[in-house]
Amino acid sequence: MTTVHIPFMQTGTLAVGGRLLDLEERSVQSQADRPSSLTKGHRACQGCAEALAARWVMDTAVEESGGKLIVANATGCLEVFSTLYPESAWKPPWIHSLFANAAAVATGIASALRAQGRDDVRVLAQGGDGGTVDIGLAAVSGMFERNDDVLYVCYDNQGYMNTGVQRSSATPPTARTATTPAVGKAPGAPYGQGKSMPKIAMAHEIPYVATATVADLRDLESKVRTAMSMHGARYLHVLVPCPVGWGTSAAQSIALSRAAVESGIFPVLEARDGEIVATHPIRERVDVEEYLRPQARFAHLFKPGGEEGLERWRALAEANIRRFRLTEATP
Amino acid sequence: MREVLEGSQAVAMAVARCRPGVVCAYPISPQTHIVEALSRMSRTGELTDCEYVNVESEFSAMSVSIGSSAAGSRTYTATASQGLLYMAEAVYNAAGMGLPIVMTVANRAIGAPINIWNDHSDSMAMRDAGWLQLFAMDNQEAADLHVIAFAVAEELGMPAMVCMDGFVLTHASDVVDVPSAEDIDAFLPPFRPLQSLDVENPATIGTMAGPESFTETKYLQHMRFLDAADVIASWSARFAERFGREAGGLVARFDPDTLDRSATAPPAKWDDVTVIAMGSVLGTLQAAIEPMRAAGAHVRLVGISAFRPFPTQALRDAVGASRNIVVVDRALELGAQGVLTSCVGGALVGTGSRIHSVVAGLGGRPILASSLTAVIQRAIDGDLRRLEFLDLKEGGVPAPSLGATEVSR
Repeated sequence: MTTVHIPFMQTGTLAVGGRLLDLEERSVQSQADRPSSLTKGHRACQGCAEALAARWVMDTAVEESGGKLIVANATGCLEVFSTLYPESAWKPPWIHSLFANAAAVATGIASALRAQGRDDVRVLAQGGDGGTVDIGLAAVSGMFERNDDVLYVCYDNQGYMNTGVQRSSATPPTARTATTPAVGKAPGAPYGQGKSMPKIAMAHEIPYVATATVADLRDLESKVRTAMSMHGARYLHVLVPCPVGWGTSAAQSIALSRAAVESGIFPVLEARDGEIVATHPIRERVDVEEYLRPQARFAHLFKPGGEEGLERWRALAEANIRRFRLTEATP
Repeated sequence: MREVLEGSQAVAMAVARCRPGVVCAYPISPQTHIVEALSRMSRTGELTDCEYVNVESEFSAMSVSIGSSAAGSRTYTATASQGLLYMAEAVYNAAGMGLPIVMTVANRAIGAPINIWNDHSDSMAMRDAGWLQLFAMDNQEAADLHVIAFAVAEELGMPAMVCMDGFVLTHASDVVDVPSAEDIDAFLPPFRPLQSLDVENPATIGTMAGPESFTETKYLQHMRFLDAADVIASWSARFAERFGREAGGLVARFDPDTLDRSATAPPAKWDDVTVIAMGSVLGTLQAAIEPMRAAGAHVRLVGISAFRPFPTQALRDAVGASRNIVVVDRALELGAQGVLTSCVGGALVGTGSRIHSVVAGLGGRPILASSLTAVIQRAIDGDLRRLEFLDLKEGGVPAPSLGATEVSR
């Protein structure tokens, strides 16, 4: 296939399908027989990055498992918009039990498969930030600590969007939510850094931890492939902008994800056994304003008195860039 | 083989011989000896093709059980007290999804004040969770009930609690004949889940049901519960036939004279005081009533074997024409009466029975046969109030006024 000139846009991270590539290099989504594990007809909002990410994650995992994947899902948007009885948008065998227990349910499935000698079937658990970093943290930590053979995927939209946009411990400081209103002396979420689940996962020294965004779906796909090629507890954390919760237009979800990466706010990395092995270097650094200004949840930062909050964000980006060496190429 | 065994060891052996695929538990007194024994057996090879999973909480213990049962493996767990409450959300969830998990509840009080000793507050708090609740009166029945519980639960697609008094049974040594693995293999069918997470036949389990379908879902769950009475009776009868001893069933009847357990014991008569209880206190009641019967007193004993589904018809049949009822209750509905009393009252409504609630043995307070004899004698004499606390210590605790425990009828 060397006779075909492949433009950068078709091979780089900005390309989605890659239909001009060799078959084996194409993404799952560009294939006519893609699994469509999260199929059409569900009730996700327009511009929902969680639905986009889940489709890519699931289709890749289904393909990597040879169609033998069982999924445990936490309560949350993803569950609610996909499985209102008597309909289901899921093609793989899929179970929803509770908000806080997706990781433990997945452990149970993996244990049963081991007892049955079914080492051909793989297990994936998924949930939002609330079900992962807040109410489900103990179960996720337990699953990590036991190194159960489960890939856990967190779709982080930084708040309780399903219940009407309340603060979670993944909500970043200064963000306006229904329970951290943008009024008073310290408008928006007053404390925290947005609890870093990837760092918590790395502290468990599990075989694989990675972060990704919907701005780079090929990267997301390749991380799912890497995770599925391994056994034991694996964790994937995906930033998923939420137009409703963030106060953005549906068309901005991808651009905001990119701005989060390029400003240093959301480090994209891979870690093995607790050690970072790769980071995505910032390609063209942008100011945090590019990420913050389009979001109505940060509107108060751009009014008189908002400078302090903006500085807080710049400090956060600087700290990330320094800590994760985001301006250096991966060694 | 008859041997002297601690109750927990007998239960662990019976569970292991039922060949669970996954055992998952979090330790809590007085359940610990059961799960310690099972974890050991999973390593020594006595328990094969079984995953023993150590978890970080009871909530995860039940959640792992949900996953493994949904994935088609016979699943067992055990807990007590605070642990049962800590997993409460998942307890309801397992029942709603129709997963036939079997769980031993080593009955223990609920704090505050924290108390590790026996009463029935824990399983009573879960009485509406949609689980079968089978109560053991001794260690033999505790072991046998686990075999019956797997059979019943898996036929119905419904989880089952086997309730045994913490310490009183779990830590007491007694002569027990644990059914052999061969006998259980012949008795208990292999687990064939009604639905499961299967990559060959994918299904979505645990969807969201709106107002247009939720009532029907609960109605069907209730109807299945009503079927459960027949299924429990049927498996218990098959068990008695195969193993030559009674276990389980809906209601335990006792011979009027010998006080031995007897399925063919006649119903109580109009001039009998009928004492109703469940769990190990039935043994104490046997001891308390036998000399009273020998002295000519008209007292009968009825045990509740299946608390859920509540055996309304079987209880009415056993109570017969008796209208003077004493319920020995091991759990309290604060502000009302004993929990079992409420259920008995519901079952006997319309019979004109006078029902006395005797709250006894809370938080491990020993229940003395002599105290029971005295209470029953007062019931015979027409001198027992509607609600009494057995052996309530005088001094420091104000005695309830008559108005607090009596209602007009």
